[in-house]
Amino acid sequence: MNIYLPNSAFLGNIDPFLRSFDAKDPEILEISANKKWISIHPVVLAMVAALGLTIKPENIILEKLEAKSKHYLERIGLFKLLGLKSGIKITEHEAAGRFIPLSKIKDSDELSRFIVDMIPLLHLEPKQAEPIKYTVSELVRNVFEHACSKEGAILCAQFYKKSNTIRIGIADTGIGIRQSINVSHKTASDIEAIKLALTPGITGTTSRIGGTEFNAGAGLFFIKSIAKVSRNFFVIYSGNAMYKLLKASAKTERARLYIDPFRDRHSTCENLPHWQGTAVGIDIALEKTKEFSELLDFMRKIYVRAISEQKKAKYKKAKFI
Amino acid sequence: MMEIRLLPIVGSFAENKDSAKKIRLDQIVPALDRNDEVTLNFEGVDSTTQSFIHALISDLIRKYGNDVLDRIYFKSCNKIVQQIINIVVDCVQEAE
Repeated sequence: MNIYLPNSAFLGNIDPFLRSFDAKDPEILEISANKKWISIHPVVLAMVAALGLTIKPENIILEKLEAKSKHYLERIGLFKLLGLKSGIKITEHEAAGRFIPLSKIKDSDELSRFIVDMIPLLHLEPKQAEPIKYTVSELVRNVFEHACSKEGAILCAQFYKKSNTIRIGIADTGIGIRQSINVSHKTASDIEAIKLALTPGITGTTSRIGGTEFNAGAGLFFIKSIAKVSRNFFVIYSGNAMYKLLKASAKTERARLYIDPFRDRHSTCENLPHWQGTAVGIDIALEKTKEFSELLDFMRKIYVRAISEQKKAKYKKAKFI
Repeated sequence: MMEIRLLPIVGSFAENKDSAKKIRLDQIVPALDRNDEVTLNFEGVDSTTQSFIHALISDLIRKYGNDVLDRIYFKSCNKIVQQIINIVVDCVQEAE
């Protein structure tokens, strides 16, 4: 496999990075990078780390990094997590910034401890921390419950001062959305499976609308809604397909939530290199995040309507002869 | 009336669904089966997730019917916790 860390890969311009990923020869991973500057979204880092963890450290070929920003990869913990020696020295007195280093989370209790430790690293006010904690909990638990990933969930996050945004990336190398959702819903493609996974009330664990006693099928819909209401990007990539929620126009006073994710302003990409598992990236702009309680009110209405509509869609019709 | 304090079990951010399921099966269900009433005390819980509340109560509504909500009390919930409980209560009833 070959992965190239470009000059810039954030959710808005992530498509070329995804297209360039070479999934052939899963025994070896070659990591190369732009020689001048590397500026990448946490989801890109989480993907590289998740891939690297499927391979023995001696089979990872790390090209000598020359970019001025190469220290960032050391600081965020990429090489430490993969058991690689980068040779990059970091001076301890450098400002730590506000980030959550690349972390591997494998079980429920580990996640609960991680969330408690995570917020002080981002220096957030309690009000700002609510959607971040919510997002991390729901996304990581999705990995535990649906991905069957040997390595668990890999995640990291970074605060960007200029845009006052927290960017979060979570990746796994499990069975992927289509295989998970197909247990209860037959889908013909990865993009169709992603669409169902984003639809409220639908979960791979049952064909029953509203889910099981343990899964409601609302997690990804809520996360996408957090991004939408804060007018930001949300990307989900699994198998050969990617769905990207695009930034809502600032002209619209209130972002509307839709049951059907394809009604949101979005782009999709199929025929991408096959990602064995799922990767999710989300940006949450802190100043645009409405009061979390306001967002919940908003989501409650749409979620209840979704359940009702899906239930009605399953009603049998009377046969008049 | 049985009272379950959630803070010592799940912390101030109630998100561990495994804990929610355990509370439901080990404490709430036996109490309801004894025809007892249950108070879930959220004092000190700042926030929660829809998944946690779903794992805690959705199956109670499905198994015992909507009337079980007359025997479960949600105590000391802040606005966010109340809203998330309402989302789950509404959705489970809508889906039944």
